[in-house]
This record gives sequence, structure tokens and C-alpha cells, in this order.
Amino acid sequence: MSDSNKITFSPESEALIKNLVKRYPEGKHKSALLPALHIAQAEFNGWLSAPVMDKVAELLNLQPIEVYEVASFYSMYNLKPVGKCLIEVCRTSSCWLRGAEDVVKHIEKRLGIKDGETTTDGKFTLKTVECLGSCGTAPMLQIGQTFYENLTLEKVDKILEEWKDAGKHSSYLDEHTFRNI
Amino acid sequence: MGRKLLLENDHIEGIHSYEVYRKNGGYKSVEKALKSMTPEAVVEEVKKSGLRGRGGAGFPTGMKWSFLAKPEGVPRYLVCNADESEPGTFKDRYLMERIPHLLVEGMITSSYALGANTGYIYVRGEYFYIIKILEQAISEAYTNGWLGKNILGTGYNLDLYVQCGAGAYICGEETALLESLEGKRGNPRIKPPFPAVKGLWECPTVVNNVETIAAVVPIVNDGGDAYAAIGIGKSTGTKLISASGHIKKPGVYEIELGVSVEEFIYADEYCGGILNDKKLKAVVAGGSSVPILPADLILKTASGEKRLMTYESLADGGFATGTMLGSGGFIVMDESTSIVKNLHTFARFYHHESCGQCSPCREGTGWMEKILHKILDGHGTLADVDLLWDIQRKIEGNTICPLGDAAAWPVASAIRHFKSEFEAYVTNRKSIPDVKYYFHCNNLDAAAAYSSL
Ligand SMILES: Cc1cc2nc3c(=O)[nH]c(=O)nc-3n(C[C@H](O)[C@H](O)[C@H](O)COP(=O)(O)O)c2cc1C
Ligand code: FES
Repeated sequence: MSDSNKITFSPESEALIKNLVKRYPEGKHKSALLPALHIAQAEFNGWLSAPVMDKVAELLNLQPIEVYEVASFYSMYNLKPVGKCLIEVCRTSSCWLRGAEDVVKHIEKRLGIKDGETTTDGKFTLKTVECLGSCGTAPMLQIGQTFYENLTLEKVDKILEEWKDAGKHSSYLDEHTFRNI
Repeated sequence: MGRKLLLENDHIEGIHSYEVYRKNGGYKSVEKALKSMTPEAVVEEVKKSGLRGRGGAGFPTGMKWSFLAKPEGVPRYLVCNADESEPGTFKDRYLMERIPHLLVEGMITSSYALGANTGYIYVRGEYFYIIKILEQAISEAYTNGWLGKNILGTGYNLDLYVQCGAGAYICGEETALLESLEGKRGNPRIKPPFPAVKGLWECPTVVNNVETIAAVVPIVNDGGDAYAAIGIGKSTGTKLISASGHIKKPGVYEIELGVSVEEFIYADEYCGGILNDKKLKAVVAGGSSVPILPADLILKTASGEKRLMTYESLADGGFATGTMLGSGGFIVMDESTSIVKNLHTFARFYHHESCGQCSPCREGTGWMEKILHKILDGHGTLADVDLLWDIQRKIEGNTICPLGDAAAWPVASAIRHFKSEFEAYVTNRKSIPDVKYYFHCNNLDAAAAYSSL
């Protein structure tokens, strides 16, 4: 086990995780694991280190292995550090039919990285992903909770420009995503 | 113009908000059901409507509901499947984003019918912005007395929660979804027991798709018979179709079941024809899992009948010459499309998404992706095409959940209908021109900038 006592969640995140548990019947707190991991990832630079996962286990009263096996199953959890801006480009059929390969190639050229890599300045990570439910507005890419759709290479350039000085890591959720109960 | 039941008020500004939704007849089905109908009467209307599950399998909803076990003192659950990850499908997203209260209303009316006091909407993690929209709608429903204790003074209680996924197509399979909702890896369960007997936390559970639950609203409002009057035969009511690919007007269309495929592709009311007026080559009619059909077979059945957008007509001819309505993910390909390359994107998808429990699926999907990659790379042989056929056959029917079948069918159908294209790839080594790419706005500056890089 890693050193989880070096990890502290913000009081807001910790309160939110505790609050999420109320959504399930008594004793079924494990159900809060998926949202809790998202919250953890958002708080700790967009990825889940072993100490962070151990801390989640502690908060939810679970064994660390229960957390690791879940974190490693789902593709939205990053088990390695990622750039400030994680660009996820859909590469499945409908997007491919409308030019997704060109989008990926363009980003690779612009950033000087390949699929799965992070720029040396730690600003961008490029990841190709499977259908994101945006097939009618293909090609598309996702950054955090934002869908960028009907892409052209020009639009892609604008997006890269927009994100190049991002202060915080891109994140799927924010403090208003979950309702308090 | 076809009738619209779900998207009827889609054009109204602010329909996502509680006030506007309510002013336009929202939550009437809850009032009607809770105040004037027994739960059994609601189930009866749904049975009469002929509504079939809109998640892909098309199982009659009323029948599914009547299977729900009702042991004394054990809670029952209604779980909405908003995992929507079948490539080519984006209708649930559209509905939740535009009219979130329709789903909330459907959840309340349906939960009442099932005697459930807790409901969950499981939304794929990539749709986090939609989770926010739903959470907002649920808050509004609580504030206005549609959720919580003693709803409308009837003594009926219901709590409704949103649950997020985290990136896994398999969690759309209902038992994997339940595992995930319990905070575990999304490994499908062996059935039986079915969720109706042992579902969420081992309690009786109904899992229904977003669109299915939304359809309960017009069914209760106007009666099952009115719903059943739309459509043809056992394909009743309306269906949301997600249209994408090489068409002029991609998007979500609510159709009356029974519209012809030809009309759907070419009419201005729907897809508006093929992009750049090219010729139609092939269609995947119901999401990536269903068999691909060449133009002639999607427009007409093998016996020469007009192909209709119904469960039965699309399935006419079985897998030899037919396909399935599936989730309604309608992907259109023009004459320039490489079927082999498109198939590679599907094979890569299923390989990526296999949960890994069953060997035929875990290993087979990997093999299929690799072989297709090899063929596209110009190193394939005729024996590889046979091997592909052999592998898909060995996956189909040999896995715990239907993901294996879903991975096998696209491969089988592509080889069945486009074998010559595979053969050309392996004999001429890449002699087939690559698919051309189309952007919505053919931006020449961007294209020029790109080619100068
Ligand atoms: C691999 C796989 C993925 C599935 N994905 C979805 C999905 O994303 N959404 C959905 O509603 N049903 C999906 N299903 C079907 C569900 O298992 C289930 O049949 C459905 O949610 C039942 O709801 P319905 O009767 O209202 O259609 C999937 C099935 C399989 C085998
Ligand atoms: S195929 Fe890219 S979003 Fe569906």
C-alpha cells in the first residue's frame, strides 16, 4: 500500500463524496466509487495515482484492491499523468467517414506527438477514443466536459490555441455537476 | 409529416426548463397515473401500446414489466440505461439534452407502475455535461413536488438519482450496467437469474432504455391504443433514429415506424440524400452491431419489396439478406467508402470494449482487429479472409453476453456482402483508393494549411 496520508482532498470534495453515498441504501456505499474516482481525478491533476486511489478507498471504507480493479477497467480513468489538456478524438466509423483520421494527423503534426503521448511541456495529451455519441456532428473531439463538433482543421487550430495556456487540468466535472442531497 | 410523440415540443424555446416544459403539458402523465390509475392499469396501457425496448433488442416493454418479481418487503428498482455507446447512436443524448424533463417524467410514471420507490439513471461518463442537465431537472422536479415523499398527496414516494459511468461500452449491457452501478467492474452476469428477479443489489429490477421510458409518457397520456395505432404490425409507435455518415442532414429524427428506408435516406424531411449527390454504397441501419447491407438490399428486400423502417422489414431475409433495427443508429456510406476500413474501425472498437471475461470474445476480437489491420496494411492473404470468417463464427453464440455476437455480425456481413472488396485488398495490395474525407464546410484554407505542414 502506498502512502495515502500524504493525500488530502479539499473539504468540498470530501463532503461531496460523503454526500454521494446517500444516494444508495445503507451498506451499499461501494456504489459511490465511480463518481468518487471522477472527483478524485478532477482534483489531482487529471489522473489517479496509487496514493490517490488508496485515499478513495479509505474515504469509502473499501479495500484498495476494490478501487484499483475498478480504476483499471474504465477507460476514462487515467492511471498515468496526463497533460493539462487531454484531447480525446473519436475515431469510430461515423467520425472516420467524416474525416477523423485527418483530425488526428493534424493534431499529431501540430503538437509533435503521437496518439497516447503528452507534449514535453506537459500541456497536451492526445488520445483517440471510441464513439462518443456525437456521430451526427462528426468529426468530433472532447476536452473535459466539452464536445467540439463538426470539426474542420481550422477549428482544431482554434481549440489548440484556446487551450495552450490552460491553468488547470481539463476535467469532466465541476463543482455543480452533482446535486447535493 | 410524420407524427412526433417524443420530440413534438423540441422546437419550443426553453423546453429544457421546468416552467416551459410544464406549461406545455409536462408531468400530465404523472398526474393521470398517480391520481386516476392503478399501477397495474399503467402496465396494461404499456402492454396495449406494443412498445418495444428502444435500447436495441426490441423486447416488448409491457411484458418485461409484468415479469418483475414482487416479493413482500423487498425493494424494487427502475434503472434507466443511458449508457448509449453503440457506435452510430446519439438519440438518447439528444433527448436528455433537449427535453430532460421528459425522461424524469417517464421515470416517475414508470416507477409508479412498477412499484419502485427508487430509480437510477445510469449515464455514460463521457456525457458529464448531460449529467449536469439531468441533475438540474431532477432538482426542479423535487422542488415542484414531483419527486420525494407523498407525491401529489397520493402517498407514493420516489427518489431519483443519476449515476455516472466511466467509459465502457459493455456497461450498456443491462447486467454489466448493474454491476457498474454497484461500484464494480462492468462484467456481465450469467442469466438467469434475470434482473427482473435478481437485479440491482439482488433485488427485482427493470432496466429500460432512455427512449423506452420517455415513450411511456405519451402512452399514458393518450392511451396504449393510440400509440399502437401508429406504425405497422408489431412495430408500433415512433422511433428516434440517429442518422450519420455521408448524408446531407445528419441528426436525430423521430419517425413513425413504417417509413420506407428510401424515403428516410432521400427525403428532405429526413437525411436529405447522399452528401455531394454521390451514390449510396452501404448502410449500417441499427448501430455498429447490426449487419451492414449494400445499397440494393437496404432499399429493397431480397424478394423485391420496399424495405421499411420497422423491426420486421429490416430483419426480412434473416442475416443472409437482412439486418436489424437495433438502436436506430443509421450510418450511411457513399460509393467512395472502403468497407474493409470501416470494418476495421468496428473491429478495433469491439476489441477495445470487450470486458475480457469470455475467451472467444476477448481473444477473437483482438484477432479480428489484427487481421484487418494486416489486410489494410497490404500484407493480407486470401487465407486471412477465411480466417476472419472462421473467427467470427466461433465467437457468435459462445459468450456470456451478446457483445461477442455484436462483434461477429459486422465482420460476417461485410464479408458476406463485400467479399470481392476483401479479395481485391489482398490480391492487389492496397489498390483500392482510400475513402475521401468530407468536412461539413469544405474549408479550403484549412486544407491548404494542412497540406503545407
Ligand atoms: C454490448 C451491449 C451494449 C448495450 N448497450 C446498450 C446501451 O448503450 N443502451 C441501451 O439502452 N441498451 C443497451 N444494450 C441493451 C441492454 O442490455 C438492455 O437490453 C436494454 O437496456 C433494455 O432496455 P429496453 O428494453 O428499454 O431496450 C446493450 C446490450 C449489449 C449486449
Ligand atoms: S462515431 Fe464518433 S462520435 Fe460516434
